[in-house]
Parts: sequence; C-alpha cells; structure tokens
Amino acid sequence: MQPGEVRLEQIGKRYGPQWVVRNVDLHIQRGEFFTFLGPSGCGKTTLLRIIAGFVQPDEGIVRLDGQAVNQVPPWRRHVGLVFQNYALWPHLSVYENVAFGLRERKVPRGEIIQRVGAVLEQVELKGTETRRPSQLSGGQQQRVALARTLVIQPRVLLLDEPLSNLDAKLRHEMRLELLKLQRDIGLTTIYVTHDQEEALAMSTRIAVIGHGEVVQQGEPREIYEQPANDFVAAFIGQSNLIPATIDQVLNQKVIISIEGGIKLEVGLSSATPSAGDTVYLSVRPEAIILSDPANQACSSSGIKGKILASAYQGSFVEYQIAALGKTFKARVANPRGKPVYRTGDQVELGFAAGAVTVIPKNAG
Amino acid sequence: MINAATAKAAPRLPVDWWQGGLMAMLFATLFAFILYPILSVLWISLSDDQNNLTLLHFVNFFRRPLFREALWNSLSSGFMVVFFSAILALPLSYVLARYEFHGKLLLQTAATLPLVIPPFVGAVALQLILGRSGMVNLLLIDWFGITIPFMEGLTGVVLVQTLHFFPFILLNTVVSLSNIDSTLEEAAENLGCHGFRRFRRVTLPLMLPGFIAGSLLTFIRAIDDLGTPLMLNYKNLLAPQAYLRITTIGIDDVDGYVVCVALVILSLASLLAARKYLSLAEYATVQRAAPAMQKLHGTAAMIVGLVIAIILGISLLPHIGIMLLSFTRVWSFTLLPTTYTLGNYNEILFRVPHFVVNTLLYTLLAAALDIILGATIAFLLLRSRVPGRNFLDAIATMPLAIPGVVLAVGYLRVFHGWDFPGVGVPLTSSWLILVIAYTMRRLPYTVRACYAALQQVHVSLEESAQNLGANRLRTFVRITLPMISGGLIAGGLIAFITSCVELASTIMLVPRVELGPISYGIYLYMQSSLGRGAGAALGVVAILLVSIGTYLTHRIFGGRAGSAFRI
Repeated sequence: MQPGEVRLEQIGKRYGPQWVVRNVDLHIQRGEFFTFLGPSGCGKTTLLRIIAGFVQPDEGIVRLDGQAVNQVPPWRRHVGLVFQNYALWPHLSVYENVAFGLRERKVPRGEIIQRVGAVLEQVELKGTETRRPSQLSGGQQQRVALARTLVIQPRVLLLDEPLSNLDAKLRHEMRLELLKLQRDIGLTTIYVTHDQEEALAMSTRIAVIGHGEVVQQGEPREIYEQPANDFVAAFIGQSNLIPATIDQVLNQKVIISIEGGIKLEVGLSSATPSAGDTVYLSVRPEAIILSDPANQACSSSGIKGKILASAYQGSFVEYQIAALGKTFKARVANPRGKPVYRTGDQVELGFAAGAVTVIPKNAG
Repeated sequence: MINAATAKAAPRLPVDWWQGGLMAMLFATLFAFILYPILSVLWISLSDDQNNLTLLHFVNFFRRPLFREALWNSLSSGFMVVFFSAILALPLSYVLARYEFHGKLLLQTAATLPLVIPPFVGAVALQLILGRSGMVNLLLIDWFGITIPFMEGLTGVVLVQTLHFFPFILLNTVVSLSNIDSTLEEAAENLGCHGFRRFRRVTLPLMLPGFIAGSLLTFIRAIDDLGTPLMLNYKNLLAPQAYLRITTIGIDDVDGYVVCVALVILSLASLLAARKYLSLAEYATVQRAAPAMQKLHGTAAMIVGLVIAIILGISLLPHIGIMLLSFTRVWSFTLLPTTYTLGNYNEILFRVPHFVVNTLLYTLLAAALDIILGATIAFLLLRSRVPGRNFLDAIATMPLAIPGVVLAVGYLRVFHGWDFPGVGVPLTSSWLILVIAYTMRRLPYTVRACYAALQQVHVSLEESAQNLGANRLRTFVRITLPMISGGLIAGGLIAFITSCVELASTIMLVPRVELGPISYGIYLYMQSSLGRGAGAALGVVAILLVSIGTYLTHRIFGGRAGSAFRI
C-alpha cells in the first residue's frame, strides 16, 4: 500500500474546562518520519490517539489521504498504532499476535503464514512464533508489537514512545533498527517521544508541543539552532537564556543590552523584534568561549564570571559559571592544549559568532 | 496455584537447622491432620478384610442404582449450579467492571450479600418463601389455584446453591475483567477488530481465568455442600449419602468410604480440568492501565437499575425470611408470621448460649492457628531453601479439593478410640477436633493470603534493614511483620468467616450437643417446627458474624475484596 499523508486541521480536545490539545495544524507528508516532541502531559499522546481514532477531537478535522476521518471508527482507519506498553495479548502466541490483524482482514491462510513469516524475519524474530509474550525480553516484545502493526501494511505508522521501556543500550540499537526499517519500507511514521535526542536523531521533521499547542515545527537542525521561543530552547538540548532588551534594530542585526549595561550585537535569523522588546538571548553551552581575564587579547563581551564547578569528560570539559547573577553552563570541546579552569577561577565569557540567538519570550 | 519455583530471587540463606526443624514440624502436623486421614479413607475403600488391594468396593458402588444416581445427581447438579450462576453472574460482572452508573455500590453490595448467609440457613429461609406452603405458593393458590414446586428435590438444591454461590463467579470475573489493560482492546480495534468480535477474540479469553476460577470454586462447594440437601430433605447426592452411611450404619461401613472417594475424585477432576486456565491466571496481573469505564444513561441506565432491583431483591429474600422467622414462634401456612416475639433470642443468648460461645472460641482459635501456620508456610516457601517446599505447598493446598465430609470421615477413622497425647481422651471426644478441622479446611486460603502479602515485601527491604544493623528477628518485627500484617489479618478473617458457617464437618465431628457451634445448633433446632424460630435466631447471629468479618476484609483488602474469594 502507498504510504499515506495526515492532515490535522485546527484540532482541539478538552477534558472538562481543560484543553489538552488546541489549535493544532499539522501536515505530515508521505514517507515522512515526523515526531511529536514534548514534555509528559503536553498532549502529544492525545494527538496520536486522535489520529488513531481512540479520542474524538472536540474541534477540527483529521484527514487521512485527504479524506476526513473524524467519523471513521478506529477499526476502519487502517493506521497502525504501536502502544507504549506494547499491548501484546498474553493469551496468544507471538504468531497469533502478529496474525491477528490479517485474520480480521480475511486474508487467506496461506498468505497469512507467508506474510507473518516475512515480517518476523524483518524484525529478526524468526523462531519465536510459538512463544507467549511473557517469555520474551523487553526488546523482543517491542519488535513483536512493531511486527503486528507492520504486517497489515498500514497507511501510517503511529509509535507511542516505543523505546521508553527499554534500557539505554537497547534503546540506542532499536532506534537505529527502527529508522532503517522505516526508510526501507518508506512508511509515513508519526513518532511520539519526550526524548529530544531521539527526536533530533530520527526525524525528518519535528513538532515541539507544549501545553497542547504546537510551539514550533521544522527540521531537527532548525529547531535546535533557531528555537522559536524560550520553551523550545530550554526543552531541546541545554541552553543559557539571558533576559535582554532590544535597543536598536539594524539590517539583519540587532543591538541588545543585557544585565550590567552590557551591549551586544547579534545577528537575526527568523524573529523580527522591534526596539524596546524584552527577549531572551539563547546561548548553547558549546557556544560559550572562556578566556582568562588577565589575557585582554580575547576579550569581547566584558561578561565576567567565576567557575563554580568543572568536570573533565575526555572529549570536552563542562563548566558551571556564576555570571550576571545566574549560573551558566559551558562546554569546551577538544580540551587538549587548552587551559582547564578550576573551581574559583575568574574567567571572561565570550559568545561564538553566529551561535547566539535572539528568541521571543514564550507567551504562555 | 502457589509455586515456590516461580518466586523470583530467593535469598541465598543457608539451610539451617532452625528452618529444617520448622519444616519437619509443619510436615508432621499437615501429615497427621490432612494427608493421613485422607489416605486412610482411600485405603479402606481400596482394601479388603485381609488388607489386600481391591477394586471390589468400587465395582459394588457402581452396581448399586442408588449410588449411581447419587453420583449422577451430584455431577449434574454441580454443573447446573455453575450454569445458572454463570447466567446470573456474567452480564452483571461485565456491567460492574465496565460501566459507571447510579447505584453501582448498591449492586456491588448486593453481590456479596448471599455470601454472608450460610447456604443451609438460606435453604430454610427460601423454603418459607418459595416452599410448598411458602409465601409465593400461598399467593399462587389464592390467585390462580396452582403451586410451583420451586423447592422440591434437586430443583430446590440447585436453586438454593445457585443463589448462594453465584457471587463466587461474579467477584472472580470482575477481578479478571478489571485487570484487562485497556490498550489490549484498543490494539484489537486498531487492527480492525471491534464489537462482539473484539469481545470474543480478546476480552473473553482474558477474563476466562477469573470466570473459570469462580466456576471451579462454585462446583467444588456445590458438590461439597451437605447442609442444603439435608435441610431440604433431599438425600440422593454423594455428600448426604456419605454422611448417612457413616452416621447411621457406622464408622466401619465401607460404602461410606467409597462415596467419600468418589467425592474427592469429582473435586480433583474438576480442579485438573480447570488447571489449564488457572495457570493462565498470571496474566491478569502482567500489565494494567485504567480500564475504560463507560457512563450509562437513559434507557440503558434504567434497565440496569431494574436488574439491580431484581438481583438485590432475590439476594435479600433469604435474609428477610430468616429475620422474620427469628422473631416468631410458629410460622406456617400464613403469608407473614402472625405473632412476634423476642423469645428466640432469649433462648439462644441466655438459656443455651453455648452455641454462640463455642463458635467464637472455635473459629477464632482456628483463625489464629491458620495465621501462624499460613505465615510459617509462606515464609518457608518464599524465603528459605529447605528442600521439600513444593511438597509442603501441595499438601497445604489439598483441602481445597477435599470435601468437608471426607475430612471428617477421615478424622473419625483415624482419631477414634485412642487417647490423644496431651488431651487425655480420644480427639474425636474433644472439641479440639472441630478447631483442627476448621484450621485444616481453611489453611489453603490463609497460606495464599500470607504468600501474597510476603511476596509484596521485596527482599531488598529486609536486606536494607539488616544492612542498617537490625538482626533477623528485629528485621522481622520492624519491617516484615508490619508490611504483611494486613495480609495475615485478611487471611485469618477468611478462615473465621468460612468456619462460622461450616456445617459438613461440624455435624459429623461434634462430640456432644453442648460442644456444638452455631451451625450445629441451627441444624438441631431446624429438625422440629417448634425450634425453627430459635434456629433462625442463631442464623441471624451467624449472618451478623460473617457480615462483620466480610466488612473487615473489605476494609483491609479495599477494592480487591473479591480476591478474598479467589482460588
């Protein structure tokens, strides 16, 4: 079956007075690996269940391949959902679990045997057909759940935090396997996770969801490098957020002032602030350059700080620095040959050009 | 079934003499009071005068039409009780587990009401209402000039037992149903399976363990039930046949033993037949997410309301009947009693108070013994590596499948005619025999409760106490005991509740009238129509005792009260 596309138009869902999902407009294209990323309780799973048909939206339209499916019950939507807890039927064997959907579709016996065999081979579970789910390891159960869904060749594959119940090493392996599988089949996939690393590594596009609304959507790089607001900046990776005011808007640039009367010139990417706006300056830990204040040559910003803690980690050194009345995180890569500062050392903080972003304050 | 082999991460404690000694003592106790009496019943039915093995007695058993009929009646009435109970219980359990509606608590309460009334008391009460000259038939004669023989023969037995035992199926099925993770059903819908098909392919198989457990319990209890047929004066079932043989012909009548063995075989066969499904019971607890609850409105809510009213009404019939009877001197051939009196209560509480006093003494003692035995067995199963644990578990589980009549016959055989050391008289002449019988009959339940409680206490909780300086005894007193005390008390309560209404072994083992407990008193009083009021008053006391016990169990078990009545 050809991979499907999903359109969410102005989707809203509330429980009582509480909106769990609101104003969601998304278009997931054919063959995409699209991720809903957000903290727990942000409404991302609800959104997934709305697509699968287990939750009725109070507002908006769900379209599968252009057709509105709000009134279509779950069993006729033909979208595959892999549950977070796998939801394998304990009274059925691995084979019967995987064959379940095919039997529902009245697929002839011979074809069922052949297709179940093929999909079990694909997820490397050949030989476990007669076992019960309880006799499998966590990773195997996860793959049975995946196989059970893949075998019906759904229009869209929905994955609800499928890796969250696995240990770190297995999670890493499964992530690669899942990605390979998805690319091989070319299946439209919607992936729900709260793990930003997972999202960045796997997705073609990400929708960052906070408090039931889509805060930002875009490719992983866009989201990481140009967070739409402080919520995204804080949620995706680590970020130092410095409150700032816009002094002057120039062509592609702004002059901003931060605490201590320090003025900085920052390049603009997408946001278009106007003079007088209060914004955040987002600085990733790896964008901070440390220098010895005694060595005036590198001085650029004039921000002075004191090392609170330092942790040498081989490929980089991590620092916590007290400056501007808050704690900065800095990460200095390739420490070989560079000075390593100790707790209590005075340093001066500089920001790598082009790695500093001006972001609006989150309205919420 | 409890199986020590499945208990994870048994701590590597050395096999010490202390645990070994405990094990030996337990073995000796269980052997003397469970295994040996049953084996001797079996031996007598299988040997001739010269102590040679023979099947002759069984051949004779099948030659006698009376016994063939009793066997067939026991089997078929057992199945009928299960069948009718299932018809009552299944729709109710689905409604209880899956829907939210007004009066749900009422229905839950109604479902446990039949359990607080001993079946033989219920039999008497139902006779007053549905019997030949009971309320309903008197009305029917008045209005239509006909009577319906609700309570005649096997029909009456099946009716009484169904009304009494259907909660076993109901409660067990509800537990199974509410343990089904909602995503398991959603996954089916996601793959295209819905409605009745979803119920058949996913929900039904997953609720089967609870349903089967309840059915099994119902079947075993039904064929084991001696009181109901005796009260209804229907004797052609295995249990009353065994009882009549031993009490009228004597302790040496081989036929009585053969009937006993036939009863055990029926119980064991049903246990084995159900085992396949019971072993699957583990998956009820594998995963769980809040089961989906639907709200009922409009017509559906009204239908449910009506059903609640009917069930509640039927469940309460015996209670109302027995309550009325307890306040009357004579009640016959009238719709309601004509005169009311407190005399019956005066009789049983002040004139002859020993029935009530004995019951409290015996059942509380049995409950305490059960807790001690159950906790020790659970400890050995979960926390020690003494060899023979599985065998110990097997013996302690046996009474589940051993009808009370059979155990009583075994006791009469084994403990009759010689002075028991420390007692001074034969055990069968002492009231201690009743305490022992109650203790052994209910041991499987307490072992289960204690085992479940101890299983909740992860070994690391004890290890961390020891790591912080508490020795084994201190660890037990400060950590383990407080954590398992709920389970221990619950186990004791189950033993107390069920012993209060135990009739089968009681009427065979009571040495003298003044040593009899309530159930025996009820049986005696009910023999004469003049004593029925006093018997009913005793019945009310029994209902109260069981209600208190059940209420306390609910308080301790909380929402999982149903698990108290699981196999």
